[in-house]
Amino acid sequence: MDEMKYSMAEEIKVFRSWSSPFALRIIWALKLKGVEFDTIYEDLTNKSPLLLQYNPIHKKVPVLVHNGKVICESLVILEYIDETWKQNPLLPEDPHQKANARFWAKFGDDKVMQSIGGGVLLKEGKEQEEGFAASMEDLKYLEEEIRGKKFFGGETIGLADIALGWLAHYLDIFEEIVGLKLIDQEKFPSLAAWKQEFTNAPIIRENWPDRDKLVTKFAAMREANLGKGTPK
Amino acid sequence: MGEVQALQNTMGEVKVIGSSKSLFCTRVEWALKLKGVEYEYLEEDLLNKSTLLLQHNPVHKKVPVLVHNNKPVAESLVILEYIDETWKHNSLLPEDPHERAMARFWAKFADEKCLMGAFMAFWKEGEEKEKAIESALESFTFLEKQIQGKKFFSGDDNIGYFDLVMGWIPLWLNVMEEVGGMKLDDPQKFPSLHEWAQNFNEIPLIKDCLPPRDALVNYFNFTVNYNRSMAEAKQ
Repeated sequence: MDEMKYSMAEEIKVFRSWSSPFALRIIWALKLKGVEFDTIYEDLTNKSPLLLQYNPIHKKVPVLVHNGKVICESLVILEYIDETWKQNPLLPEDPHQKANARFWAKFGDDKVMQSIGGGVLLKEGKEQEEGFAASMEDLKYLEEEIRGKKFFGGETIGLADIALGWLAHYLDIFEEIVGLKLIDQEKFPSLAAWKQEFTNAPIIRENWPDRDKLVTKFAAMREANLGKGTPK
Repeated sequence: MGEVQALQNTMGEVKVIGSSKSLFCTRVEWALKLKGVEYEYLEEDLLNKSTLLLQHNPVHKKVPVLVHNNKPVAESLVILEYIDETWKHNSLLPEDPHERAMARFWAKFADEKCLMGAFMAFWKEGEEKEKAIESALESFTFLEKQIQGKKFFSGDDNIGYFDLVMGWIPLWLNVMEEVGGMKLDDPQKFPSLHEWAQNFNEIPLIKDCLPPRDALVNYFNFTVNYNRSMAEAKQ
């Protein structure tokens, strides 16, 4: 009897919102690996029962569902993607280099996002000044790390680039809204160069959310946080 | 070449820059001991940080730092994964990518919600303390569900990555509860978690790395006063 080989159709779903920089990481990773997937857009002011079922603890995007298996938390999802689809690896083989990539991805989320997103974008006056000072410190470390490299991952985009990638598009928008320059070409030449490389890289450049919509959204978020806007 | 010899050859020079009272550092020691890796422990005075620490972790200036053949690795969860990938026997993380993702998800949740939650519940006062306790209890409920029906979080008879990540609960949480005047690890509310804590703390190599309880009590007494005075200064 002939053996009939069946290939199980892969079912890959990504829950995202149009604007979430965290969900964007997942889009980039899957597309960089040439993996096809379905996208489910969530309205985060009106979350679907399915999202709440898949991510009951955090109730957030992104969520990846792969053949019924659910994974939440963008950095966790990225590692899952890298381990499941091995083409175009996001992490290097060497354990020390891997650790380094993870360190900088974590630094981005724990520090950079807090000082820039939390401190500069959403605050004013003295609090914003403190946020700005903190972000200058954080960016200095990133500048040192990227110096001499095309990407944080070396010659190709890696985990840290994807984790920090929001800086290449969202930061310009934040800078416009608050009227402050953070990644100044003179202060941070290597980081400014990386921004250019990343923002124009294949796949990345095709997937940025609409800039004007983002400006509107984050300006509103700033207003709401400063207590001047009408609460939702 | 014998297994032990092969292991010793791959070990290289391993140092841990740490503080004996830090639960983050103890995690790293447990992982190294589980793998039979010999290491030199360099005790830091966190009020007077060494040049070595500042050189090896210039970004955060924190412990633990693992130094393997002169190359540093910082951040305890990053270090645990490094250890697991460098010394491949006695795996800490499971093989299957989805199970690995689950372990990582829970580790992040536990550190961000349970540990930080417990810490807030420990040092805050008044209404803020009540809120912090409530929030921490909610987070612990998720942990209770995770451990139900299992001896260890790893799912088998040997402890794994997430057990190590949760390893602060038997001792550190207990001391925080005493010094901070609050209760989170309630055997009535969380019977499975409580039983896990007893089983975990019985393991010889776990016990071996624990700091003396009175040293921890002193440390947390200092910490609670420090945090409260910092908070008052900000007002």
